[in-house]
Amino acid sequence: MKILVCVKRVPAPGARISLTPDSRSIDARHLSFTVSPHEECAVEEAIRLKELHGGTVTVLTLGNAEAEEQLRYAISVGADEADLIAAHEIDIDPQATATALSDRISDLEGGNGPFDLILVGNESADAGGYQVGVRIAHALGRPIINGIKGLKVENQTIEARREIDGGFEIYRLPIPAIVAVKEGINLPRYPTLPGRLRAKKANVRTVDYQHQAGGLTMVSLATPVEQQTATRVLGRGADAAPAVVDLFEELGLL
Amino acid sequence: MTSILIFAGESDELDRQAVSLAASLGPVEVASVGPTKIGGVEKAWQIEHPILSDYAPEAIAESLAQLVGQGMPSAVIAAGTERNNEVMAHLAALLDLPLATNVLTVSAEGDDWHLTRVRWGGSLIEEATLSAFLKLLTVAPHSQPAWEESKAATPEIFEPELAEELGRTRVRERVTVDEGISLTTAPVIVSGGRGVGSAEGFAALEELAGLLGGAVGCSRVVTNNGWRSHRDQVGQTGTRVAPHLYVACGISGAIQHWVGMMAAKNVLAINTDPEAPMVTKADYAVIGDLHEVLPAIISEIRRRQGTM
Ligand SMILES: Cc1cc2nc3c(=O)[nH]c(=O)nc-3n(C[C@H](O)[C@H](O)[C@H](O)COP(=O)(O)OP(=O)(O)OC[C@H]3O[C@@H](n4cnc5c(N)ncnc54)[C@H](O)[C@@H]3O)c2cc1C
Ligand SMILES: Nc1ncnc2c1ncn2[C@@H]1O[C@H](COP(=O)(O)O)[C@@H](O)[C@H]1O
Repeated sequence: MKILVCVKRVPAPGARISLTPDSRSIDARHLSFTVSPHEECAVEEAIRLKELHGGTVTVLTLGNAEAEEQLRYAISVGADEADLIAAHEIDIDPQATATALSDRISDLEGGNGPFDLILVGNESADAGGYQVGVRIAHALGRPIINGIKGLKVENQTIEARREIDGGFEIYRLPIPAIVAVKEGINLPRYPTLPGRLRAKKANVRTVDYQHQAGGLTMVSLATPVEQQTATRVLGRGADAAPAVVDLFEELGLL
Repeated sequence: MTSILIFAGESDELDRQAVSLAASLGPVEVASVGPTKIGGVEKAWQIEHPILSDYAPEAIAESLAQLVGQGMPSAVIAAGTERNNEVMAHLAALLDLPLATNVLTVSAEGDDWHLTRVRWGGSLIEEATLSAFLKLLTVAPHSQPAWEESKAATPEIFEPELAEELGRTRVRERVTVDEGISLTTAPVIVSGGRGVGSAEGFAALEELAGLLGGAVGCSRVVTNNGWRSHRDQVGQTGTRVAPHLYVACGISGAIQHWVGMMAAKNVLAINTDPEAPMVTKADYAVIGDLHEVLPAIISEIRRRQGTM
């Protein structure tokens, strides 16, 4: 199976998010970077499918030069090839993102035939647009289903499970297809030492981002106003139990 | 004045919130697959086609595109549920138009709309402009009051022409599992984080949840360690919950966890660290080791119920 995974580099903020003085991005000076948890699981799922069915895993990102770090991470856990569309712009609109990614995917497919499966995250951690994967699917004329927490490939068909309240739904897509996965589909592995060495030496194919059109423009970011709560400390250790049970009674829970 | 088309159909409550936002922008028409209970709007469309007998995002989007071609609304708006975000993404891709998901506010003066929308799962708010002749957006759940009017108009049936191929992404099978009380409806959630220490450590949380008629939740560290199923994870990449009481045991309160439970009416934090964000943001707190505090709470409840 030939599989491609789209990942996006995002900061990994802690308890609070602080913004840059121009309010256009997260102040990431003291932060590390990651890909969205959904995408981390997409990479893991691709590697598991490769281990089952053979084939290759390619990871693709549109981001700044530093986004190489996330591609190398994917290689360290088992991806084979890495592609970067290098951009200077910040916050590229979802339409423009999808155009750049699908154009690059078409180039990579070239005379080699389509990727059997393209995996994306259900939504990016930062922009949360819920749409880049769907737009890629339309551009390439392939089926896509979102929100997937289980995948099986059999006889050129992809069986996908989606969790809903009280159970799950099953979809069956013909290959080639695109699937947007959610965290929980698997538990991602950690890189091994040989994996890290391979990642260090790997070649990241890089092309420059050509500006694309899009109709949603970010103007600025703000942190929501936090309501100030005065915390009522009910006590320390086991001695707090009666006060806690009083509270449960007050709230009508017992 | 051109109308605003609402795509309704998943949750009556959330659909009504979307109608409230739309009603501030123009006359509202509602389209749904199957009947809708929403009233007080200009018109209701009921979309009918055999492919739509179960959820089929591509086919729904194509139906909406055809309906839009007929009525030429100025916007199509839906509640920002997982499914609607998917359907609207298909519609946006079909029409090659921008889509703003999880919108909080809209100011619609002039050709471009200025809006605010949810970022980082709720930890940030983005101010953005949406430029298109037809605006597509989804509304962040619980950001608007619900539209009250229920005297539903007689819907007009709309029968789209759908190619067989659009059924390729339709639900093929449904499987039900008995999962007890679900996180989204539980009145109480007893939730555990890294501080619980192990899968076995959750026994005390299960017991307390049982006594309170609630469900057990957890943080991402817990699912990453394989202590609980991801179905139980609360937060940005897990489930969003809004119980009457959320008991956070050994959870630090990282922003990605907080956005998943900030809609809880009451928060009780049990944590060894009085400076943990979960403690400083909670309504109530107990400072201490959860492995001592939880058993003491459980035996106090049993003592009062006379079942010790
Ligand atoms: C894009 C993105 C999405 C994310 N999505 C989610 C999400 O959906 N849900 C989520 O939960 N996280 C999410 N995270 C992870 C999040 O940032 C935190 O890493 C995580 O929530 C921390 O889990 P925790 O509170 O259990 O662990 P920690 O942060 O390690 O906190 C453990 C807490 O337990 C306390 N403690 C330790 N021992 C005891 C004891 N014996 N008794 C009482 N208290 C004790 C400590 O004082 C501490 O406060 C996401 C991260 C990113 C980057
Ligand atoms: N800049 C990007 N580079 C690579 N993949 C991306 C990028 N932006 C979005 N994606 C993919 O599309 C998914 C959905 O993104 P979004 O529409 O922003 O929620 C993400 O989880 C990624 O898999």
